[in-house]
Amino acid sequence: MTIRGKALIAGAYEHPLRKIPDKSVQQVHAEVAAGALADAGLSFSDVDGYFCAGDAPGFGPLSMADYMGLSLSYVDSTDIGGSSYVAHIGHAAAAIAAGKCSVALVTLAGLPVSGTVPTAVNDRAPEFGFENVFGTSTPSMYALAAQRHIHEFGTTSEQLAEVKVAASMHAHYNPNALLRKVVTVEDVINSPLIADPLHRLDCCVITDGGGAVVVVSPEVAKRLDRHSVAVLGHGEAPKTAAAGRIDLTHTGAVWSGPPAFAEAGVTHADIDYASIYDSFTITVVETIEDLGFCPKGQGGAFVASGALRAPDGGLPFNTDGGGLCNNHPANRGGMTKILEAVRQLRGEAHPAVQVPDCEIALAHGTGGSLGTRMGSATLILGREA
Amino acid sequence: MTENTTSAARIGSDLPAPTPPISVETQTFWTATTEGTLLLSRCLSCREYAWYPRGFCPHCGHLDVEWVPAAGTGTVYSYSIVRRGGLGDYRGAEPYVLAYVELDEGVRMMTNIVDVDEDELRIGLPVSVVFHRTAGEAALPRFTPAR
Repeated sequence: MTIRGKALIAGAYEHPLRKIPDKSVQQVHAEVAAGALADAGLSFSDVDGYFCAGDAPGFGPLSMADYMGLSLSYVDSTDIGGSSYVAHIGHAAAAIAAGKCSVALVTLAGLPVSGTVPTAVNDRAPEFGFENVFGTSTPSMYALAAQRHIHEFGTTSEQLAEVKVAASMHAHYNPNALLRKVVTVEDVINSPLIADPLHRLDCCVITDGGGAVVVVSPEVAKRLDRHSVAVLGHGEAPKTAAAGRIDLTHTGAVWSGPPAFAEAGVTHADIDYASIYDSFTITVVETIEDLGFCPKGQGGAFVASGALRAPDGGLPFNTDGGGLCNNHPANRGGMTKILEAVRQLRGEAHPAVQVPDCEIALAHGTGGSLGTRMGSATLILGREA
Repeated sequence: MTENTTSAARIGSDLPAPTPPISVETQTFWTATTEGTLLLSRCLSCREYAWYPRGFCPHCGHLDVEWVPAAGTGTVYSYSIVRRGGLGDYRGAEPYVLAYVELDEGVRMMTNIVDVDEDELRIGLPVSVVFHRTAGEAALPRFTPAR
C-alpha cells in the first residue's frame, strides 16, 4: 500500500506569537487546531483522527481529545521529538488510506519561554545514568556531532554560519519571525561560543507557540474550497546509539529519505523547495548530505555556495526563517517545517522568498540528538495530487 | 564554582559528580566504579560489547550478558567545551568538556575529559579513566589525558 494520492493537507496554521504569557499549553493546542480547521473550511466536529506528541499535556491524545471535545476513530501519539509531526503526517495519510479516519488533526504547542516544556529524557530513561550525569545539554550534544563533522570532512565554522545567514535573509520578510535582522557570517562567528564549535547564532531560537495541520481524504478535499496539497511520500527512521557504535556524522535521513522519494516517485532534481530541520546549523548540513542533495561531507561547501537562499538558490530552504530565526515552538521544529512547505506549494510564502512555480516540496524533521539516538522523518508534498 | 586561577587553560578540575540512578540492572556496574573498575557488558552468545551497559544484548537479542573489566584506556572520539548553558548540577560549572571516548574495546561512551589543557584537547587524544565519587554508591567514569 502506498499513501501517494490517498491524502491531502487541507489546513495549516502557525500561531503568530512567539511569547504567550496568558494562555495554557492546552489552550494553544486548541487555538492552533481551530486555526488549521478554519483554514481548511472544517470544524472540530469533522475531526475523526487526532495526532499529538510529547508536548501535549497530560495523557496525550486522551487528555487533548477530552479538552477539545473530539469524537475520534483514530489516535496516534508517536513521540520522536521534533520530528514527530512530520511522521504524524505520514501516519495520518496511512490511516486515511486504510479508511480508519478521513479528517486528521495534528497539533503542536508549547510555552518554553513563558512556562516549561516536558523533557522526553528523565532519570527513568535507560541511558540517563550514562549520559546526562556528564552534563549533557542539547547544544553540546549537537556540538559533538559538529566537531566530528569538522574533523572528518574539513567543514568550517564559516560554512556552518552560512546556514544561519540564509535563514536570516528569509526571516527578514516574515513579520512574525522572532529574529528578523539579516546577519553575516562574521556575526555568527563573533557571537559567543555556547558549546564549541557552536556559537549562539548557530543555535535555533526558543519560542512559545504552536502549529497545526489538517490531513484529509481526497473525498473530503474535493468538497473544500481551499487549495489542498498532496501527500506524496513519507519515510521515517529513528537512529539508535548502536550499542556504542555511534558515528555522529550520519543522521536518520540516510534511511528516512529514500523511502519518501521512492513513494513520491520523484528525484532530487524535482524538489523545488525544502524545509530542513534547523535546530542548529550543523543539523542542516548533515541532513542535506544524508538526503542526497550533495555528496557526504560536501554539505559545508554546498551551503557556502548560497544554495539555500531563496528564491534563486539550488535548494531554497526554510523561507519562513526556520527554527534559527522564525520559530521553534515547544523546542520542537517539525511542525513549522510542514507549514512553510504548505505555504510554498500554495504560493503563499512571502513574495520575496516564494519559489516560482513551486510544485514539489520536501519537509524533514529531526528529533532528539544528532547522529545518535534521534528521530528522523521525511515528507514529500506536491502542489497537485 | 570559582575560576581556576592556577592554570587558566586547564579545564575540568572541579566538576560536579551527580549520582546516577542505580537499578538492579546497573548495580554491579556502579559498585565496580567505586572500586576503580570500569565494567562493560558483553553478550554471552555473540560476545559483543554494548555501551551503555545493559542486561540484554542489542546486537543479537540474547538475554544473558557477563561483566568484563575494560582496560580503561581509549581515545577522544569527539568533544565539546561547554561554555554556557550547563543544566542541573552543571549550572555554573562551565567551562567543562563533554566528550565521547572510544575505548580500546571498541565502544564509544559519553563522558567528561577532566584535568585537560584546552590546547591539548583534540580528537584522537589518548586518555585513561579516572573515577569521581558521587554522594551515592557510584563513581563517574571520566577521562584524563594519558600522561
